[in-house]
Amino acid sequence: MAAKQEKKNHKLAKKIRARWQIYLLLLLPVAYIVVFAYVPMGGLVLAFKHYRVKDGIWGSAWVGLENFNKFFHSYNFGTIIKNTLTISFYSLIASFPIPVMFALLLNAMRGKRYKKVIQTVTYVPHFISTVVMVGLVFQLLDNRSGIYGNLYTLFTSSTAPSLLGVGTNFKHIYVWSGIWQNLGYNSIIYIAALTSVDQALHEAAEIDGASRWQRLLHIDFPAILPTTSIMLILAVGRIMNIGYEKALLMQNNLNLNYSEIISTYVYKVGLASGINDYSLSTAVGMFNAVINLILLFTANWGSKKLSGSGIF
Amino acid sequence: MRKFKNYSLNDKLFYGITTAALTVVFLAVLYPCIFVLSASFSSGIAVQAGKVVLWPVDFSLEGYKTVFRTPSIWLGFRNSLFYTFTGTALSVVMTLTAAYCLSRRDVPGRNIIMLLFTFTMFFSGGMIPSYLLLRSLGMLNTVWALIVPGAIGVYNLIVARTFIQSSIPEELLEASMMDGCSDIMYLLKVVLPLSKAIIAVLVLFYGVALWNNYFNAMIYLTDREIYPLSIFLKEILLASQIDPSTLSDPESATLLAQMANVIKYSLIVVSMIPVLLIYPFVQKYFVQGVMIGSVKG
Repeated sequence: MAAKQEKKNHKLAKKIRARWQIYLLLLLPVAYIVVFAYVPMGGLVLAFKHYRVKDGIWGSAWVGLENFNKFFHSYNFGTIIKNTLTISFYSLIASFPIPVMFALLLNAMRGKRYKKVIQTVTYVPHFISTVVMVGLVFQLLDNRSGIYGNLYTLFTSSTAPSLLGVGTNFKHIYVWSGIWQNLGYNSIIYIAALTSVDQALHEAAEIDGASRWQRLLHIDFPAILPTTSIMLILAVGRIMNIGYEKALLMQNNLNLNYSEIISTYVYKVGLASGINDYSLSTAVGMFNAVINLILLFTANWGSKKLSGSGIF
Repeated sequence: MRKFKNYSLNDKLFYGITTAALTVVFLAVLYPCIFVLSASFSSGIAVQAGKVVLWPVDFSLEGYKTVFRTPSIWLGFRNSLFYTFTGTALSVVMTLTAAYCLSRRDVPGRNIIMLLFTFTMFFSGGMIPSYLLLRSLGMLNTVWALIVPGAIGVYNLIVARTFIQSSIPEELLEASMMDGCSDIMYLLKVVLPLSKAIIAVLVLFYGVALWNNYFNAMIYLTDREIYPLSIFLKEILLASQIDPSTLSDPESATLLAQMANVIKYSLIVVSMIPVLLIYPFVQKYFVQGVMIGSVKG
């Protein structure tokens, strides 16, 4: 028995030695991921410490869950959680199905050339950077000189009420500008999946008298369902990871009560305010990351139960 | 394809509604783009007064002239080009190397190493630990802060690995090994020449991300000389910090107010030029990239 095991080990060692060049090539990428992804994960211990610059991460004193308590009892905890949940669920519900529908309709549309033009144009906004996108939204929704103001004046010949100055509009502007930007790009994956649908199915259904709408519902849609469920899991796993970059850029004093979310709070507490509380910021960030992880596993488990496909 | 008139009424209605709905979406995406372009070519007064609806009003290049007179725009452009080129080169080399190694089925432990990478997609240390790491590495406020931390995007790694696994036949490896080809030689002489499509995809994904990068620059950099374009764009587009000396009449405050919107529209157009220039050439590659990524989530 022992001899057999030894022989096996010997074989493995030989296999590893034979591939030494591969391990050499992997050295840099693995070192990279360890240093830039796993070392910061170790830095999460900060969440349980009271960070002091002169003591460093490891020398600072342990404080248990004090930082988490501080966050849970801070005066704006309720607002932040509410805003985060509102924006993330709104975002998911509004922006997930639209690319799927867009792809299904585009796939069913007649006229190849027009289809191509629509695709080309709708992909472009994806490449606009967040900074420019937010600048664009602010310019276009201006009630005096933007599209919104100009069209409003054109049709009613009066000055439009301000959209940007109203805090409750933040979530709508945030979500719909995102849809405008990513609708085309997010539909690519479904359009690709639809090209693999067997045309014989369509022909057979046509002979049986199925209308195009029925074929969309019973042939096209089931064909992209596995892709859709995987995309949904990924979207759910990211749900609390709202694009903080965009939210941060869109924030102003008028909408802060509606736009402060966990990730922007992490930034402000940790790096942007006069007194940087590294420990509190790390704790809040960790709280968010753990919720994300739980959501991802739950969504994956649910998807496996329902459709048999998951990402792991 | 069948002639339209041969369709049933039901189907005619369906096609009609589909085309109409897609046209609405199409115009909703296109119209703002045309508006921005038109506004950027209009006079400051016309834009300020909200006269632009579809076409330029009082055609003028004043907005563009001001943008090109702004030194920070040139500085930002130069810096962003540097970050984009060096960052993309580093990322593509690292990603492709790792993808090749992890695509080899004959390497013991490759699944564990792959897991090491994929796990970081779902969990990370977050902002402060990363910031402290960069500080202790002495990278804060250096050009490395924008290039090194994002060197390997795990999603891109998966895309590249899937591509290599599915498009380069394993028989090729066996044949090369038989001829005494080493693992590194195989990468350079066989895998690399066969991976042009995936290299294009990686260049595109990394290039766009680096060109658009804003947040890392904001938290890691403090020296204006090394700011990328995005920071300067933010100052002008969102904080309206326009350098008065770039205007034709620097003394006039009313002129500044008048010009502010036109300058912003022109700047939005200028910032999009690099992407729009390469867009027609890379369009087919990014579609391909997304498709490879979808093969295995």
